[in-house]
Amino acid sequence: MKITSEEVRHVATLARLDLAQDEQERLAGELDRILEYMDKLNELDTDGVEPLSHAVDVVNVLRPDRVVNQPRTEDLLRNAPARDDDFLSVPKIIE
Amino acid sequence: MSYETVIGLEVHAQILTESKIFCGCSTRFGEAPNRNTCPVCMGFPGVLPVLNRKVVEHTIRTGLATHCAIARHSRWARKNYFYPDLPKGYQISQYELPLCTGGHVDVSVDGAAKRVRLTRIHMEEDAGKNIHDARGDHSLVDLNRAGVPLMEIVSEPDMRNPGEAGEYLRTLRSILEYLEVCDGNMEEGSFRCDANVSLREAGNEELGVKVEIKNLNSFKAVEKALEYEIRRQGQALSEGGAVVQETRLWDPDAEVTRSMRSKEHAHDYRYFPDPDLLPLEIDEEWVDEIRATLPELARERQNRFVEEYGLPAYDADIVTQRRDVAEYFEAAVKAHANPKAIANWLMGDLFRVLKERRLDAALRIESWPVAAADLARMVRLVDEGTISGKLAKTVFNEMMETGKGPDAIVKEKGLEQVSDTGALDAAVDEVLAACAAQVEEYRAGKEKVFGFLVGQVMKATRGKANPQMVNEILRGKLQG
Repeated sequence: MKITSEEVRHVATLARLDLAQDEQERLAGELDRILEYMDKLNELDTDGVEPLSHAVDVVNVLRPDRVVNQPRTEDLLRNAPARDDDFLSVPKIIE
Repeated sequence: MSYETVIGLEVHAQILTESKIFCGCSTRFGEAPNRNTCPVCMGFPGVLPVLNRKVVEHTIRTGLATHCAIARHSRWARKNYFYPDLPKGYQISQYELPLCTGGHVDVSVDGAAKRVRLTRIHMEEDAGKNIHDARGDHSLVDLNRAGVPLMEIVSEPDMRNPGEAGEYLRTLRSILEYLEVCDGNMEEGSFRCDANVSLREAGNEELGVKVEIKNLNSFKAVEKALEYEIRRQGQALSEGGAVVQETRLWDPDAEVTRSMRSKEHAHDYRYFPDPDLLPLEIDEEWVDEIRATLPELARERQNRFVEEYGLPAYDADIVTQRRDVAEYFEAAVKAHANPKAIANWLMGDLFRVLKERRLDAALRIESWPVAAADLARMVRLVDEGTISGKLAKTVFNEMMETGKGPDAIVKEKGLEQVSDTGALDAAVDEVLAACAAQVEEYRAGKEKVFGFLVGQVMKATRGKANPQMVNEILRGKLQG
C-alpha cells in the first residue's frame, strides 16, 4: 500500500472533506491504484530531460498595467451565498 | 547563560501598479467594499488570470537594486489553504523558482556597516480583508485587496538585535521608494513585516527554535515586539524550559506577543505549479533595459550630498532617506546655493509641519505646502539681509498657511529688515532714554544688560531691525 488511511484523513482535513470510515478505506485503495499506474512513468529513462510544468510551449504572457474593469459589485455579490450590505458574509471567524 | 539573538525578516511590499496582478481591477486604497473586484480576483470558476507586466519589471528592478540574481526561468505556484479572505482556496505565489535570489542590503547601524543577505524576492497576490468585529454572529469579507500585487522579500537570519532589524527595514523601505516600486506606507499596509526570532547559546552555530511574529504595523512595533520576544524566550530558556515553534501575534496595546493557537494554519500548503499561468523567461536584454533605468539610491546620494554640498553626514542621511525629500532639497539648492540653511529648514520646520498634518505618511512633493523654489527664495532673502532670521520664521509659517511666495508676504506684512542708519539711530536713542536705569547698570560693568537693550530695540522695531547694525550702533552710543 502506498497510501494509508491516515494519509487520506490528513488530505481530507486539509481539503475540508468529511469522510466516513468506509469512504476513507475505499479512497485509500483507489488512490493507491492511481499511483501504481503513475509508476509506469518511472520506467521511462528521463535522464537529461528538463522537467516540464506546462503542456503548452508558450512563455511570458503579459498584459499592460491598465485598469479595464468597471465596478460591478452588484452582479458579483448576486453570486455570493450570503452578503451583508456590500460585503460578503461568512460564518464568524474565530482567530 | 548568555544568548545570541537571531532575527530574519519577511517583508511584503505592495508593488506600485494601477491594476491588480492578474486582472484589470484597480488597486486603489480606501474604495467602497468589493468595488475593485471582478470574476478573476473573486475566484469565480472558469476564469483565467493574466500577469501584469509591471509587476515583473518592478520586481526585477528591486532585485537588481539589492544585488540579487534574476532568474532566467521563473514560474508560478499555488499555495493551498482555506481562509475566508482567499476566494480561490489557494494563493498564487512563487515557490521553487522565484524571480530573484541571493542579494543583500547594506545598512548602517550606529555608524557601523552591516550587510543583511537576502534569500529571495518573489511575486504573489495579496488576500482580501476580513472584518471580525462589526457583526455579532458573522464576519464580513472585502475582496478589494485580493489580487493586489506583492513582493515578498525574505532576508537571511543575519540580524542580531532589534536595532539592526529596524535599520534593515528603514533601508529596505528607502530603496523601494527610490525605485518607485512601493509607496512604503505601513499604515495602509503597503509595507508589512513578519519577524522570525530565535535565541541560541553564545558561540553556538546551530539555530535555536524560532518564533514567527505577525501584526507588526510600524517600525516601532517591530523593534518593541522583538525586544519583548527576546526577553520572553530568554526567560523560558534560562528557567530550563523550551521555546515552542509557533506563530505569535503582537498586541500593540498590551505590548506583548500572544500565541496564535490556530490549527487551521497547518503549514502543509501542497504547492504545485499553477497550470493557469505560463512560465516566465527573462532574457539578458530585458534585465539590461531595466538596469539602465535604476536611479541613484539613498546611500550614493548621501555621499554625493556630503561631497557636492558640504552637508554634514547626519544632515545628508536625513535629507536622503526619501527620494522625494532629496529631490526637494536639490531643487531648493539649485535655486539658492545655501545647502546647510535649506537642510536646516527642511529638517526642522518643514518636517515638523508635515508630521503634525500627517502628510509624512504619503510624502509627495506635489502636496507639500511650501514649494522648493519658495523655500530657497526665503533663505535668499535672509542671506541678502532683506529680512531678519527671526522674521523668516513668520514668513515661513505664512507660506505654510497661505501658499503665497515669500516676496509677497514680506511686502504685504511690511517685514523688510530695517538697515537704514537714521531710522535705527532714532530707535536706539528712544530705548536708551527709556531705559536709563539699565544704561547705568551697564556702565557700572554689568555687561549682560547689553543683550537686554538689543532686545528692547528689536521689540521697538517689531523684529525688523538688522541685529548686527543694532549691535554696532548701541555699542557706539554706550561707549560714547
